[in-house]
Amino acid sequence: MKRRSFLKGTVASGMLGVAATAGLLTPKMVLAAWPKAAFEAKDLNQGIELVMGSSDVTESSDVKIKAPDIAENGAVVPITVSTTLPGVDVMAVYIAKNPVPLACSYDLGPTTKGFVSCRVKMGKTSDLIAVVRSGGKLYSAKKAVKVTIGGCGG
Amino acid sequence: MNISRREFLQMLAVASAAGVALPGVAATRNSVPTEKMYDVPTFGNVSFLHFTDCHAQLMPIWFREPNINIGIGSMKGRPPHLVGKHFLKYFGIKPGTPEAYAFTYLDFVEAAKKYGKVGGFAHLATLVKHLRGQRPHALLLDGGDTWQGSATSLWTNGQDMVDATKLLGVDVMTGHWEFTFGAERVKEIIDKDLTGHIDFVAQNVIDNQWEEDVFRPYVIKEMNGVPTAVIGQAFPYTPIANPRWMVPDWSFGIREDKMQQTVDAAREDGAQVVVVVSHNGMDVDLKMASRVTGIDAILGGHTHDAIPRPTEVKNAGGTTLVINSGSNGKFLSVLDFDVRKGKVRDYRYRLLPVFSNYIEPDAKMSKYIADVRKPYLEDLNEQLGVTDDLLYRRGNFNGTFDQLILDAMLDVQEAEIAFSPGFRWGVSVMPGEPITFEHVMTQTAITYPTATLSEVSGEQIKVILEDVADNLFNEDPYYQQGGDMVRVGGLKYSIDLSKKIGARIGDMELDGKPIDARKKYRLAGWASMEKREGTPIWDVVAEYIRAQDTIRVKDLNIPRIKGLGDNPGLELES
Repeated sequence: MKRRSFLKGTVASGMLGVAATAGLLTPKMVLAAWPKAAFEAKDLNQGIELVMGSSDVTESSDVKIKAPDIAENGAVVPITVSTTLPGVDVMAVYIAKNPVPLACSYDLGPTTKGFVSCRVKMGKTSDLIAVVRSGGKLYSAKKAVKVTIGGCGG
Repeated sequence: MNISRREFLQMLAVASAAGVALPGVAATRNSVPTEKMYDVPTFGNVSFLHFTDCHAQLMPIWFREPNINIGIGSMKGRPPHLVGKHFLKYFGIKPGTPEAYAFTYLDFVEAAKKYGKVGGFAHLATLVKHLRGQRPHALLLDGGDTWQGSATSLWTNGQDMVDATKLLGVDVMTGHWEFTFGAERVKEIIDKDLTGHIDFVAQNVIDNQWEEDVFRPYVIKEMNGVPTAVIGQAFPYTPIANPRWMVPDWSFGIREDKMQQTVDAAREDGAQVVVVVSHNGMDVDLKMASRVTGIDAILGGHTHDAIPRPTEVKNAGGTTLVINSGSNGKFLSVLDFDVRKGKVRDYRYRLLPVFSNYIEPDAKMSKYIADVRKPYLEDLNEQLGVTDDLLYRRGNFNGTFDQLILDAMLDVQEAEIAFSPGFRWGVSVMPGEPITFEHVMTQTAITYPTATLSEVSGEQIKVILEDVADNLFNEDPYYQQGGDMVRVGGLKYSIDLSKKIGARIGDMELDGKPIDARKKYRLAGWASMEKREGTPIWDVVAEYIRAQDTIRVKDLNIPRIKGLGDNPGLELES
C-alpha cells in the first residue's frame, strides 16, 4: 500500500525518473513541472527557500533518513526519507556539499504517506539533509555520508 | 571422531616431550602449562567455538601482534586499543608467560623461540575435537577471511580452504575476502560445497536492484533443546575496501536497522539465544552492541584483535557480549552459555592460543594439508633470501615486511614513492630464517595483485593519505574500514591525530625537500581498485629479495605522530 499510495500522490518530482518511469508524467509535463531556479541554487538555504517558501527549519527526530554511512558508489547513493509528521505536502533532499545542494523534491497529495526512496549523486563526503513541510512548518534531519576513494581495507 | 580429555592430554604430553628443534632454545616440557591452558571446564548447555581471519594459514606460523594500535576519541585506552605492557596490565597477564607471547609483541623473538609457532589447521582440529568431546552440542563458527591469504588458497581458487573448513567441522560462517574471488565463485562454492555442511550467513548483503537478501540472514540450530540463532554480518565495506567489480550487483553496509529487524525476527522464530558471527571489526561491533537490542553475543573479527575477555556492552535491552578472536589460526574462542527458562543466565569464556608445539596435529587434517600442498611444494619452498631482521606486518603504520615490499617496489619499479596497502594479514619471519616464496605470498596473495606505476601530483598524494587516515582514525567507528594506514616508502610525513580529515597529514617530504602540490611524482602501488593487467606484486618482491645477499630492514618508515599525548595503543619498541 505504501508504494502505491506514494505513486498516486506524486505530482511533481525532482527525481524525474521516479515519476516518469511510473508512467504518471509525460516528458512534456515533467519539463513543465521542473523547478528550475531551485535546481540551480548553489546555496543550501536558498535552495530550501525556493522549494519550501522559507528556510526557517527545525531539526526533528520525526524525520528519518536511511542512507549508508560510507557510500559504495558516490554516483548512486540509495536513500530513504520517511516521516510520521501529519499533513506533509513537500519533502526534499539536499546534499550540503554538492555544487547544487538540492537533489530532489517531492510534492505530496493529502492522502500520501511521508515516504520517499531514491538514489542521489554525491561529489564528496557531505551531510545529507532531508527537509519536510508539515502544517506549513519546516522540519529536518541530517546524516553524514562519506564518499571515499577506498582500497587498503582488511 | 571426538577424542577424550585423557587422550588429548596424552597427546599434549607426547608433543611437548618430543619437543621441537628451534634455533637457540629447546622447548621444555614446562614452557607451556598445557594442561591448564587447554583445560576448559564445561559450563551450561549452549556452546560456541569461534575462530576468525585465519587467512588460509593451514600450516603453523609466526605472528607478531602490533606495538601500534591507536584508539582515539571514545576508543582510547580500551580494548582493542591496548598494546604491549598496557595490554598485559589491563588483562592481568604476567610478562614472560605463554599468554604474554600470544597476545602481545613483547620480547617477540625470544618468546617465539621459547614457545614456538602458533596455529595450523591440524593443531586447531585437535583442539576443536577436544572441546567438542566435552561439549558435543557446540557450534563451530568461522568469522570469515578464511579462503584468502595463502599461495595455495589463491592457486586453488579458495578450494583448499573450503575443504579444510568442512573437514574441521565448521557449522556457520560469514565473509569478507571470500568475496574477492568474485560473486560467481562465492555462489558456486555455497551451492556445490557448503550446502548441507556449512551455512554461509549475512544479513547485510542485498542485491542492488531488488534489495533482497543475497544470503540467508541467519540460521537457527538447536543445542540441548535450546533454539539458538546465528546471524551473519559480513564485512560492511567490502565493495569500498576491495574492488567493486568483483561483486557488482551486491550492496553491503552496516545495516543496523536491518540487524535489529533480523534479531527480532529470529526471536519471533523461537530463538532463545541470538548470537552474531561478525566481520564488522571490533570498534564497529562495540558500537552496534550498544545500539541493537536482543543479541546475547557478537563473535567478531576483521580487525584481528585477540581479546582475552568479552566486553560486556549495556544497551536498552540488556547486555551484549563482544568477543574478538584474533587472526591467522592463532586463537580459538570457547563461549559457554547457561540457558534456563528461555534466557541466558550466565556465561564462561576463554580465548585459547593455539600453540602448535604442544598440540598433537590431527592425523586426518595433517594428511589433507600435505596432499593439498604437494603439487605446489617446489614453488612454495623456494628460498629467495635470508632475513637478518624479524619481518612482520601488523601495526597501524608500517611493519618490517611492508618496508621490505616498499623497498622492492621503489627499486624494481624505479619509483620515487611507493604505497602498499595496510592489510592486517601476513605472517612473521624470524631473524636468521630463509624467506620463502610462500612467505611472500602470505603478504600478497590477492586476486587483484598487479603492481602499478603512475604519475601522481603532490596534492593527490595528500588526498589519498588523508582519505585512508580517516578510514582508520575517524572518531565514529561506523565510518572506519578497519585496515591499517597505507604503508609509505620514500615519502616522509607527519600525522596529527587530534585533527579531522584534510588536516591530519603534514610535513610531506621527499629526499629532504617539501612535496610540491603541483609536481608529478612516480608512485608505485599495487592492489588497485580498477582492473589492471601486469606483473603481480609477488614477482616484484621476489625479484628484489633474490638480488640481495641478506635482508636488513634499515629504516622502518613511520610517520611522525602528533596530537596524541599518552595513549596505551602506542609503544615504540625499546
